[in-house]
Parts: sequence; C-alpha cells; structure tokens
Amino acid sequence: MYVYDEHDRQIAAERVAQFRDQTDRALAGELAEEEFLPLRLQNGLYVQRLAPMLRIAVPYGMMRSNQLRRLARISRDYDKGYAHFTTRQNVQLNWPNLEDVPDILAELAEVEMHANQTSGNCIRNTTTDQFAGVQDDEIADPRPYCEIIRQWSTFHPEFAFLPRKFKVAVNASEKTDRAAIQVHDIGLQIVRNEAGDLGFRVHVGGGLGRTPMVAPVIREFLPELDLLTYLEAVLRVYNRYGRRDNKFKARIKILVKALTPAGFADKVEAEWAHIKDSPTKLTRDAIDRIKSYFTEPSYVSLENASDLLAKQRFENRAFDQWLSHNVDTHKKPGYSIVNLTIKETGTPPGDVTDRQMEQIADLADEYSFGEIRVTHQQNVVLADVRQDRLFELWQAIVPMGFGTANLNTLTDVICCPGGDYCALANAKSIPVAEAIQRRFDDLDYLYDLGNIDLNISGCMNACGHHHVGNIGVLGVDKKGEEFYQISLGGSSHHDASIGKILGPSFAREAMPDVIAKIIDVYVGRRTEEETFLDTYRRIGIDPFKESVYA
Amino acid sequence: MPEIVLHNGSIKQDDWVVVPRPEEGESLNVPDQKALIPADLWLAGYERYAGRADIGVWLDSHQEPESLGDKVNELPVIAVNFPKFTDGRGYSIARILRERLGFENELRAIGDVLLDQLQFMKRCGFNSYALRPDKDIQKAAKCLGFFTQGYQAATDTDTPLFRRRAG
Repeated sequence: MYVYDEHDRQIAAERVAQFRDQTDRALAGELAEEEFLPLRLQNGLYVQRLAPMLRIAVPYGMMRSNQLRRLARISRDYDKGYAHFTTRQNVQLNWPNLEDVPDILAELAEVEMHANQTSGNCIRNTTTDQFAGVQDDEIADPRPYCEIIRQWSTFHPEFAFLPRKFKVAVNASEKTDRAAIQVHDIGLQIVRNEAGDLGFRVHVGGGLGRTPMVAPVIREFLPELDLLTYLEAVLRVYNRYGRRDNKFKARIKILVKALTPAGFADKVEAEWAHIKDSPTKLTRDAIDRIKSYFTEPSYVSLENASDLLAKQRFENRAFDQWLSHNVDTHKKPGYSIVNLTIKETGTPPGDVTDRQMEQIADLADEYSFGEIRVTHQQNVVLADVRQDRLFELWQAIVPMGFGTANLNTLTDVICCPGGDYCALANAKSIPVAEAIQRRFDDLDYLYDLGNIDLNISGCMNACGHHHVGNIGVLGVDKKGEEFYQISLGGSSHHDASIGKILGPSFAREAMPDVIAKIIDVYVGRRTEEETFLDTYRRIGIDPFKESVYA
Repeated sequence: MPEIVLHNGSIKQDDWVVVPRPEEGESLNVPDQKALIPADLWLAGYERYAGRADIGVWLDSHQEPESLGDKVNELPVIAVNFPKFTDGRGYSIARILRERLGFENELRAIGDVLLDQLQFMKRCGFNSYALRPDKDIQKAAKCLGFFTQGYQAATDTDTPLFRRRAG
C-alpha cells in the first residue's frame, strides 16, 4: 500500500494549515458563505439536513488497520460513534462540528489520511476494483495508476473550479468490471495492445444522475506513459468548453454528447498534441517507484486447503453458505478473499460503529496483513486470508454482524443515506432497503435467485446508483409525499446499461410486494443458468409491467 | 489609486485601468492613461494600437487566448477576467498563454479575484492580481504561500513531483 514520503507529509500538513486558516476566516465572517462553500466542499465538508457531513477520502478504497482505528477514534471523539462507508469507497461522518474539522484533519494527516477533493467541482477520489492485486484475471495491478492519478489530481491548479464534479475509475480485469468504469466521467480500462504494450482504453462521458449515460470509448489505446498528459488534455477541453450556465447540463457527458464522441475525441487529440511530450509525461522510473508500494504482502507458501474446507463445510451448513457466497478465489494457493458484508438487516447499508471499525482493524491485523478495502457496494474486503483460518475468521465475524452470507444477492443492497440524513434527498431509502431485506430473509431462496443488483437512491443524484441496478429504486417526491419509481435491466459491468423505467411509482409500503412480483416473473420465466439480467434482456420489460400493474 | 498584488506577495499601486466592452452601437473610449481593452477589439484595431506600451488587453473567460497568436509579446499586459471565482476557465487560459503562446509579460487576474484562489492562479502563470476590493490585500502573501510545492508540473515548474523524487 502507498506510504507517504516527506513530500506527501509536507503537502498534507500545509493543507491542514490552509484549511484551518480558511475555517477561521469563515467563522470570523471574512468569507461569505458562498465563498467558503467551494473551499469546504473541496475538503469534503457539507452542511447537511441535520449537521455538517465530512467525507473522508479512502484512495481507491484501501486502508491500513491503524487508519481505520483512527477513524473509529475520530467518530467517537468528534461524532456520534459511527461512520458510513460510501459507494465512492470513502467514509463519511454525519455529525461533526464545523469548528472541529481542522482538528479532525490534523488527526487524519497523522495517519496519512485526508479529505481532499472528496466533494466540490474538482477531480474526486479515483476508484478501482476492490480485488485489485489479488485475483489472477487482471492485466496489471490498477492501484499504482490510481495513486499516480491521485497525486496528479490533488490540488491541480488548473482544475479546482471545473464546471462540475469529476470522477475517474480504473479497471484492470478483462472478465469483469467491479469499478463501474463506464458510468464515470473518465473510465480507464487497462489493456495490452497487439504488440503487448500496456495502456488504457479510455471511456469518457458516462455518469448517472438526471441524464444517465454509458461512456463511449474515445481512445482505444493510450500508451501507459501518456496517462497524465492525456487526462490533462481531456480535463482542459472540459474546463474550457463544458457548460457552466446550467448545473444539470454541466457534466462532461453533456459536452461529449453535444460534440459527439468522435468530435470530442478530435478536440482532445488536438489539445493533447500540444502537451503530449510535456514534463507531465510519465517516466518508467516514476511508475516503477509507485509500483514498489504495491508489492505482494509476505505470503507463505501454501497448498489450497481443499480437504479441510470440505470437512468444515460438511459439518457446518452456515459456514458452507458463507464460503460459497462471501469468499472469493485468490491468485495465491492457500489464500482467499473475504467479503465482510455490512448489511445486517436493520442496519443502514454501509453504517459502522466505532467498535465495529476497531473490530475490522483487529481482524485485518490478525488475518490479512493489516489491510482493509472498502467496496463500492458498501462492504469491506479482507483480501489475503489463509484458507486454513477461514473457519476461525467466520466464527469471529458472525457475532459482529459481518457474516451475513448474502453478497451479490437481492439483499446486498446498495443504498444511499437518503432522506434520513441527506439534504438533497426527496425520499427515504434506508427503510425501503430494510423492508426488502425483511421480506427476503430466506437465504436459500436468495441463493436460488442468484446474483441480483438491487440499488436504491433517495433522489435523482443517484448516489445509490439506481440506474445501473438490475433492479433500481428511485425515491421521488410528489406533492410532499414519498414515492418510489422502479427501473429494470441496469448493469454497471462490462455490459453496462441504464435501466428502463417500469412505469408509475409506488408508495413505500408497497415496495416489498412490488419487488416480490418482479422476482416472481423472473422465477417463472427463467431458463436454467439464466441470471435475472439475462432473463430481463431476453423477455423485455413487458411481462414485468403486466404482473406488477395487473 | 487601487493596488494590486504581485506574485511574490508584495503590493503596488495599480496604474492600469480596465476599459469595459462598449455597449452595442457605442465605440471604445480609450482613456488618456494605461488601459486594458477587450482583446478582440485590440485585434480589430491592431493598426492603431500595435506597439503602444500603454495599451494592454483583457480576455473574458469564454474567449480564446489562441486568437492572440504570435502577437502576445507585443502586449505589455494581458488580463484574464474571472466573472465568478467559481468559473475556472481562466486557469486554462493562463496556462495556454504562458506555455503554448510563450507570453512573457505581465499576466493579471481581474474580476472576482479572491484570496483562496491566488495560489492556483500563480501556478497557472498569473503574476499580478487585482483582488476584489472588499478583500484584505494584506493577507494575500500568506494565501499565495500556503504550499511550498505541488504534485504537478504547471507554469511555475516543469518538474512534477514524480521527476523530483527520481532526482
């Protein structure tokens, strides 16, 4: 994992001093609220419905145990003793005092953390696959490239006041996309060309929200060393020509659409021609240096523990289920990837208490080289667990509430904080997630249904990624009352697609029944081996409509 | 007379006046002192203004610095207007003027220029700043200097941190 050197430490310390000064001037009335707004947002600080909200960066989702322990302590000392893991792989505190934020930043800087550019109209936290570096289907480890982008984008002097927020994601697997790159402003797929050289396929102009779009490819192959100069060209074109007259039309996807992907690509190429060989061009040394931070942990040489696991599975059905659903294969023999689901029914998806954060940190130290990853599905990953210790780990996590064996099933809901916390929301989302979790509480039935992405957002901003859920739920406000609109057929993977709206919206109480009817259509019409999405794509939306609105 | 901040944080008297774009039907009224006029009008009246040390230009944030082309160094001052401090186009304009067009003279930020944007402006090539009048010009030096280094190459340095680390 990346470790700060003296430069990173100095910049982090200077940033804390700067934000302290900005906060002091804001509190002294020297900065108008509208002047302080973008400054505090670039530091992740929102003023929300009930209190400020502070979004802390977790670059590409990775943390060390000491960092998570510090987050636990901060949430206890400065907040109400819990935090929220977000779909941006970040961590949010819901109740800090504005006056305390500089001190919180100072505490974060001590453990090499920060809240830089977690909000605002600037380049946000770059995200990637939570299994980066531990599965054998990736072309190269995406994390060094994410770190290179993190450094380049941090306090970039030209791009601090873009037309709108800007999000980059990197994916390295040919088989799957766990980073949803095609619904980002820039999505980078790591590829090799015919000559075997490493590079990126560049998607630009995807995104959710009011105008959901899947990002077109604007360059099939970008050589590795050209990564930053090309990003700079894309951002410069966006900064100069993106719309600023209407915040709903200000995302880069609108510019790409207006110019057409080919027209946009031409503009970027023309800009890039000027800066392609500028000092921002990466060097082999620079890449190797960053890569040296992402070397393998000290794995021991092991065989797969197949016999042991078979025996333990046979003796314990719940362990067997957990192993089947929450544990993934690992590139190293004898190791596994463990997904801790933070989705116990009755707990808002992504919410963790200070005590739970400390428990996760302890688990990471004991079982996974002290490293933790946050996923965009709001779960937590221990990436390097010895197979012969899986049973022991499972016994430890079940009482903690992390052992719910429902990963990727209907109840592993992605859900924004919604109207319970968020000032933007039109409707509550957490109670909807909970009602559905309660309705579908039979694990065997969930397993029979297979993988289904159910994503819930409390408003058009789509923090719950409802557009790309196989089943998407969007909270809408109708004359002060909360209703929920359903879309079907979304996907955030390599086959990315935007869900299609089913029809008129429903009252909250009706939601579990509506979901059940949709599931019944799938169960009745599927062929063997078909996932929900396969069936939907084969039979279309009409059979679902007929059943739900009958 | 109003004051401006220089890139090193020092303060000096501002002897340039920004001439607004004339209303439709009216002609440009150039005062009898150092004046910054709209860049497109300078180009349109090039014969009249060329070579004058008392005439500079200002660009608005939607305008193309490329339009000045190889004439940039005939101008003693180019100002870039920030109509709103949240309008970041001026940063790109500044880098293009400096790095692509090779502009070497005074590059000035005008308009909604606040303290917390100065460091970004400086890194993108501005070397003077006409702060919005209600801002405390005495605090400019501090705000220009919060950071002793940046990660990126920009107009102020052609060595991004990754190149310095290698050295």
